[in-house]
Amino acid sequence: MSYTAWILLAASLVGVSCGLVGVLLILRRMAMMADAISHTVLLGIVVAYLVTLQLSGIHMFIGAVVAGLLTAVLVQWFHQLGVQQEASIGIVFTTLFAIGVILIATKAGNAHLDVQHSLMGEITFIPWNKVLLPLVGEVPKAVVSLVIVLIVILTVLLLFYKEWKLTSFDAVFAASIGIPVTLMHYVFMSLVSITSVAAFDAVGAILVIAMLITPASAAYLWTDKLSIMLVLSSIFGIISAFSGYYMAVLLDTSISGAMALATGIIFLISFIGAPRHGVIAKHRRGHAKSTATIN
Amino acid sequence: MDAAIVVNHLSAAYRKNEVLSEISFKVMPGTLTCIVGPNGAGKSTLIKTMLELHPRTTGEVSFLGQSYRRAKTKIGYVPQRGSVDWDFPTNALDVVLMGLYGRIGWLKRPRKSHRDQAMEALRVMGMEQYADRQISQLSGGQQQRVFLARALVQDAEIYFLDEPLAGVDAATERIIMDTLQQLKMKGRTVMVVHHDLQTVEDYFDHVLLLNRTVIAHGATADTFTDHQLHRTYGGALRWMREKV
Repeated sequence: MSYTAWILLAASLVGVSCGLVGVLLILRRMAMMADAISHTVLLGIVVAYLVTLQLSGIHMFIGAVVAGLLTAVLVQWFHQLGVQQEASIGIVFTTLFAIGVILIATKAGNAHLDVQHSLMGEITFIPWNKVLLPLVGEVPKAVVSLVIVLIVILTVLLLFYKEWKLTSFDAVFAASIGIPVTLMHYVFMSLVSITSVAAFDAVGAILVIAMLITPASAAYLWTDKLSIMLVLSSIFGIISAFSGYYMAVLLDTSISGAMALATGIIFLISFIGAPRHGVIAKHRRGHAKSTATIN
Repeated sequence: MDAAIVVNHLSAAYRKNEVLSEISFKVMPGTLTCIVGPNGAGKSTLIKTMLELHPRTTGEVSFLGQSYRRAKTKIGYVPQRGSVDWDFPTNALDVVLMGLYGRIGWLKRPRKSHRDQAMEALRVMGMEQYADRQISQLSGGQQQRVFLARALVQDAEIYFLDEPLAGVDAATERIIMDTLQQLKMKGRTVMVVHHDLQTVEDYFDHVLLLNRTVIAHGATADTFTDHQLHRTYGGALRWMREKV
């Protein structure tokens, strides 16, 4: 596969994974938690590196899941002690992220880890760092971890589809019929964590938020069905990946930046033109209603 | 006959403020009881604490002689309508199906027989023509009927409903009360958080007057008296009765 094809594949995998997880984030009203976790996984990665002195897949994922869960637990704990939910998120993630930044600067400075890279991602490097897989041949490491993460997300999502739907819609009722709502919350936080790590290389901690939140928010405007929202959100993720890449080539600019901008453009188009929830449709309905009243 | 619900010395707190203290009462099967009390009396908290959705500080609760955990499948719960996001991408039939998730079990998908059951519950609530309707497109009363249909498919022995008549139209109120009466006729036990003092005597055969603890509990005719209401509502009562 060509250099460009690997980049497009990696970016599309990010788009699909983030698109799927993003739908649940939006429906559970947890967009801010995604912001937090996408930053704190940096701490998990650094600590995993300092402990094992390796920057390979599985250590990074374990570190990230621990950091993600720690974030979720601390946020919940401060909230229970009377700190506002939003403030609690802000305090926890900036503090953990800051520790990560300091550790990188002082202890892990010469590794493949640097703050710039982790914030903005560096998708152009992805095709260079390959591993040899049996049967498949040489594949970029980032693509391997993105595929694994996508498989994990799809498995967990599809196996417990109705439970995800119910706990997102009505957690209290779900608890009353015996669904372990808290456990599912932490499983979901783990999914957000591994998605963030896998997307880290491609788009970085800041732009992964765009990939998580924006395509899902756009999909929300197009449909009244959860399954279709999941499919649409993934498709929007892929469209953002492709259009972002070619926009970046055309303008000779940052690929991850262009991809995030593409998600924003898709959202704007949806916001204006979506069939029932778009601005135009709402305006028309309002107009039809006032005409009907006059008649 | 054994009581359907037994509550003994139940207490609960939010952070450190005690909101329920030393609640004790028994409810017999085949009764329709309303929980009445001023705002902040702990009505919703009482139900949530009984169903272990809110932690208790002391006390015990049993349902049909069993702990909550063992009796869980025999209990149906209808939360307040305002507790969920009605913009959620789903339709009325799907919400009713959620009442069957416990019985369908993990790793399985709803089948046609489940769909038929959900459809039948919607029909009982006069909602079958809205089955495919996105739930935000329903009126408040219709949303409440969907919630009640979800409880009906649970086919529970004991039902708890949190303010099912709040903000609903007259037709919905009649359908809901008819449904609850029928559940009672079938020997089911129903407890309802209720806010409208004017309708208590018409709708419910038992009353539990609550203000952080049980003020009075018993048959409506004996319990729903001016004296007991005054004890429950204090100075606020005059205003409430004047509205009547």
